This record gives sequence, C-alpha cells and structure tokens, in this order.
Amino acid sequence: MKMVHPLIKYVRPGFLSTTSCSGCGNGIIAQGVLRAIDELKMDIDDFVFVSGIGCAAWIPSPFFNADVLHTTHGRPIAFATGVKLSNPKLKVMVISGDGDLVAIGGNHFIHAARRNIDLTVICANNGIYGMTGGQVGPTTPFGLKTTTSPYGNLEKPFDLPKLAEGAGAAYIARWTTYHARQLTRSIKRAIQKKGFSFIEVVSQCPVQFGRRTGAGNAVTMMENYKKNSVNIKKVDKLKEDELKGKIIVGEFIDREEPELCEEIAKMRERIG
Amino acid sequence: MSNRVLTGLHFMQGDIACAEGAIAAGCRFFAGYPITPASEIAERMARRLPEVGGTYAQMEDELGSIAAVIGASWTGTRAMTATSGPGFSLMLENIGYAIATETPCVIVNIQRGAPSTGTPSLPLQGDILQARRGSHGEYEVIALAPSSSQEMFDLTIKAFNLAEEFRTPVFLLADSFLGHMREEVLIPEESEIDIVERKLPPSKKSLSEYKSSLDEGIAPMPVFGQGFKSHVTGSTHNSYGRRNVTDPEALDYYVRSLNSKIRKHKKEIISVDSDVKDSDVVLISYGTTYRAVREARKRFKEDKISVGSFRLISLWPFPEEEIEDLAKRVKTIIVLENNLGQIFPYVEAAAKGRAEVIFLPPQLLGTIHNPDTIAKKVREVI
Amino acid sequence: MIEINEDLCKGCGLCVAFCPKDVLKMSNRLTKRGVHPPEVVSEEDCTLCENCMLYCPDLAIVVGEEEKIV
Repeated sequence: MKMVHPLIKYVRPGFLSTTSCSGCGNGIIAQGVLRAIDELKMDIDDFVFVSGIGCAAWIPSPFFNADVLHTTHGRPIAFATGVKLSNPKLKVMVISGDGDLVAIGGNHFIHAARRNIDLTVICANNGIYGMTGGQVGPTTPFGLKTTTSPYGNLEKPFDLPKLAEGAGAAYIARWTTYHARQLTRSIKRAIQKKGFSFIEVVSQCPVQFGRRTGAGNAVTMMENYKKNSVNIKKVDKLKEDELKGKIIVGEFIDREEPELCEEIAKMRERIG
Repeated sequence: MSNRVLTGLHFMQGDIACAEGAIAAGCRFFAGYPITPASEIAERMARRLPEVGGTYAQMEDELGSIAAVIGASWTGTRAMTATSGPGFSLMLENIGYAIATETPCVIVNIQRGAPSTGTPSLPLQGDILQARRGSHGEYEVIALAPSSSQEMFDLTIKAFNLAEEFRTPVFLLADSFLGHMREEVLIPEESEIDIVERKLPPSKKSLSEYKSSLDEGIAPMPVFGQGFKSHVTGSTHNSYGRRNVTDPEALDYYVRSLNSKIRKHKKEIISVDSDVKDSDVVLISYGTTYRAVREARKRFKEDKISVGSFRLISLWPFPEEEIEDLAKRVKTIIVLENNLGQIFPYVEAAAKGRAEVIFLPPQLLGTIHNPDTIAKKVREVI
Repeated sequence: MIEINEDLCKGCGLCVAFCPKDVLKMSNRLTKRGVHPPEVVSEEDCTLCENCMLYCPDLAIVVGEEEKIV
C-alpha cells in the first residue's frame, strides 16, 4: 500500500526532489509554511511567494506549486511591496536568508517594517552565506572563523527581532528548526495578521556552517538548538550569565498598527 | 473618480506631460524616489494615481523602486518609474532582471549633467549607451527619445504599448531641458488613444504545457493571482519556467531567445522621423538636439540648399539598415548629440564608409546646440 | 504504517535522531543516491507522533494509521 505525504499536493510536479544539502533546515521551513497554509485551509493560489538569492530562496522556488517570484539579491521585500500594493487581495510571503534580507536587503527590510505593509517575511537564519561557500554574514556569531573571517569574526551579529521591532514590525517571532510545530503556529498567525510579520528561523546549514566551522552535522546542530533555546516567557526568571549563548525563542511582538494597504484604501475613499 | 485622460489643449511641463501620458496609457502603479529633474513626475503621479484608482509608492531608494515596479507588473498592472542618471545607475541590476523575466514596464530617465552628481538641472545626453549596455550581460533594449512636451505625452503611451506588446522594459530617454520646459500639449479624447494589452496564457494550464517565456512570438505572461502557478526567476531558465544553471545549452537558448525576441521585431519597433529628399548633407539627431536641427534647417530656406534631417525617435534597437541606406544617398552625415559621441560610433559603423560621418557637440555641453553654429558647420562641408 | 521514499531520502538521520521511541535506525545499505536510508526496527512502538515527518526536510517519510492509507 502506498502512502502519500499530505504536503505533496503543494509541490510543483517534477520538482519534489530538491537541490538542498542533506539535513538542510530549509526543508523543515518549507514544511512549516505548507503545513500552515494547509491547516488554515487556505488556497495556495491566493499566495505569491517572493524570494531573493541564496539557499533559503530556493524554499519556494521552484518547489512550491504556486505563484513564485525569485528575484535579485536582497530585493524580495521591495518586489513583494510592489506585488502587494498593486493587488492587496494577494497574500504575499517573502522567504529568504539572513544575508539576503538584512545585509544587502537591510534597507528594504526596515522600511517595509516601518510602513507596516501586510507581508509575512520568513528569514531562514543559518548565520552564514551558504550558497557561496561559507562567508561571514550579518548574523554570524562573534569570533567565528569563516572563509572571509579566517582570523575570527570581529563584528557583532544582528539581533533580528530587535531590528524588526525598532523598525516597527507588527508581529515578530523567532524559532529554530527544532521548534517545527511552534513555527507552523507562528506562520499561521503571521499569515492572518494584518501588518508586517517577521519570523526568524534559526536553521542548520550542515555543510557550509556545520562542517566548515565544526558545529557538527544536522542532527548535532538541531540537538544544540533544542538544548540552547529559552522561551522569551522564561527570560525574566533567568540571570544574565544563564542567558549567555542561549537562543531566545517565542513570540516577541504582536501589536496592532495601521496597515499600509488599508490606509491607502481609506485615503482613496477620502479623496473620492 | 477624476478624469483618466485630461483631454484638451494644455501648456504643460515635460515631466507633467510624461506623467499624464502614463495615466492615459493605463499606468496604475508608480514607484519612485525623488531626484532632480524627475521629481515632478513622481509628484504628479502621487497626486493623480489615487484619483484614478492607482497606487503611488515612494520607495526607500531606486533599487526598491524598480523592484516594486516589476512586482506590480507581475500582478497584471501597468507600472512605471522615473529617475535621472544616478538613480538609473542604481536600477541597472533590476533592469536586467526585468529583461530576463520579460516584465513589461516603463523606465523614464530625465538625463542630467554627469558623471556622478554632476549638474542636476542641466541637460546632457549622457546615458544613451548606458541604457543599451548598462546592465550586465547580453541583451537588447527598447529606448525612445522625445523632443517636445507633446512627445513626452505621446511617447510615454507608445513606451507602454511597446512594453506590453514585447514584454520588455522600455526606456524613455529625455533630459532636464525637456523635463522642465513648458510647451503646448494636445491631449486627445480617451477613445482615440490606442492601448495594447499584454497576452495572458490559457487559464489553469500547467507551466510545462505552454511557453511562458523565451519565445520570438512573445510568450503570454502568466501573471500572479490567477492560478497560473507562475515561476519567475532571473536565473537562466527555459520556456517552461524551469531553471537550469548547469548546461551551456540552456544559457545559449536563454541569451539568444531574449535577444532575438527584440531583433526579429526591429521593423515594428524602430521609429525615425526622416526628411532627406535629395540633400547632400543630413543632420542626425534625437531628443532636444532635434530642436536645434529644426531651427538650423530654416537658415537654408533662402539659399535653396536642401539640408536633410534624420531624427531617431527610437534610439534602441539602433536603425542600422536605415542609416546604411541613408549613407548611400548622401555625401555627409553630421551627428549632433549633447555628449562626446554616444550614437556617433554606431552611425559611423552603420554608414560603412558610404558617406562622411562627422560629430558635432554643442559649444558647451549642457546646452542646446546653437542653430547658427550648426548652419556654419553645414556650409563648411557643402 | 511507516513508509520511506528512498528516491527522496538524503540520509540526514534527523528522523532517527528525533524519534522519541527509537522506532527507526540508520541502515547499513545504500540507496541509489548513495546514502544510508533509515529503516523501521520497531514499528509497534510508533505512536504516530509524526516527529519524523515534521523534521524530514525532503518529505521522504510518511506515517499513518492503517485506515488512512490512500
């Protein structure tokens, strides 16, 4: 008897086998998105997925059997803004990596958050530039030796939820690939939220990060996510040295703010 | 809702005429960033688009602007941006993306003194080659050069129609002189304006069943939100939405198809304004330099000397065959540009030595040619 | 019922690592892709928690009750 994986109906025919490395967190994130859409009983044809350049951008492209816009490096949020503003009925989701979204794409990231435009942005944060072979990036841990920081990274990494919060995002969450169920729940929340929703997913890159820096394989990396995560709700009870090196996960921000497309619609009514 | 088309006779600034042309052409999305001397276009669009049910987006930079325009175009909306040299330079990567993904859109460059910050409110025809070759890679472009406020209106409509018909970005190359001057503009009735619609694919068919890109006959565009399950990528791809970054055959097909899509339709795209008759001397110009040529020709009316004019309305694709024919009929071609020779080498090459080709910049770059200086040059060569 | 699709499996071992009941083990044989797939060693202990399905990046493992079979 043949069982069919329940999410295969969302995969583009002929593209079921992906090019991602063995154990790559991208597949877990892809599942998180598809499960969220499935559990919400939404039609994937009501979505447009926008991604940039990098391994994470291959999560929707070409895997998802839906409208997918695979753009230039750093720009998916700007492309997504154009898609959403010109057809606000579409559900627009950006899925891309840390380098793409907050290094080269940093400006678009903060402005979309500031505008509070109704987008869901999922950042697969593997702390490295994986596609190009393991260079240091804006979320690489301090001190790490990578191919372009051979003597150790001398730059602090971003705290992405804080960056999103400062910029004005309406919904912010961080999970790791270990927290697959919570991730699905947050994605559902983000999809339904009217406003700029940002979800960071700490995700394993077993080859360019794991193998090159000695962090281990996919299993080791995910077991470390499990061991080192602390939920934001527990953070107040812990001392500073207990929090050192920990990944803080959970839902950080969920606020009501005027959303851009709605404001534009109101403006059109106002001017008649 | 306000009038979509402002039918009537107006005294209009070039930038404003361009914006009104876009609205008349059905443009319903503009994303831009303030820059002299194009800011007036953004300001006009910001005011007019909400009146006609469209959207204005002021993006954080020009890279975001062109990205948003491309995103909007993929929802089936006619979209435009307007900028000047420095902004155009920032847009180059995504211009390549628009070409690669065959996204219809209009990009207006009101050129200014350059390089770098230069002189924002002086004209220079300095970005002509950049429009052709600025983005990386091997590709063809369509570029139009208006010469009056009227043409800022008319050619913007034509730009949209060419963009939608050939699924490609189209450039409108003006300059600060044209952008800021005011002239008569006659805007026709809405019913008299021809609008070309892009082709859409057969509904709900899988991408693997029809060509959605890379087709000389211009593939239909599987826009978002209609269940086409489109896959748009700037990576090398085939006609069925499949990316292939491995095989040289794939790259060859991708590059050749994108280029032949325009090359095969050159005759339908090229537009020139030729008045040569039996002249021995022909003045080749485009944009604002044409205005000086027009004046200069009047100086020869009494002498009964026939001085021809060959104006390029479309700059790219370049009218090689038309210029080769021209060179066979005349003795001297004088190319007038407000730069140090950007289409001049192309004219020389196209002439294939059949006529003498001379270059004449204005006395001062950043000004319009003095018609008397042009006339003097013509007398020298006759 | 637990089914593993060897055409999709990349041998990452996440299903084995995160099964709370040790139902799976990495096998010694190699698939066509040249990786070691997991094998079911104690199906009777499977609680259908679906951890393996959740963590498999390649949709290569499916678990289900007898009645749910397609």
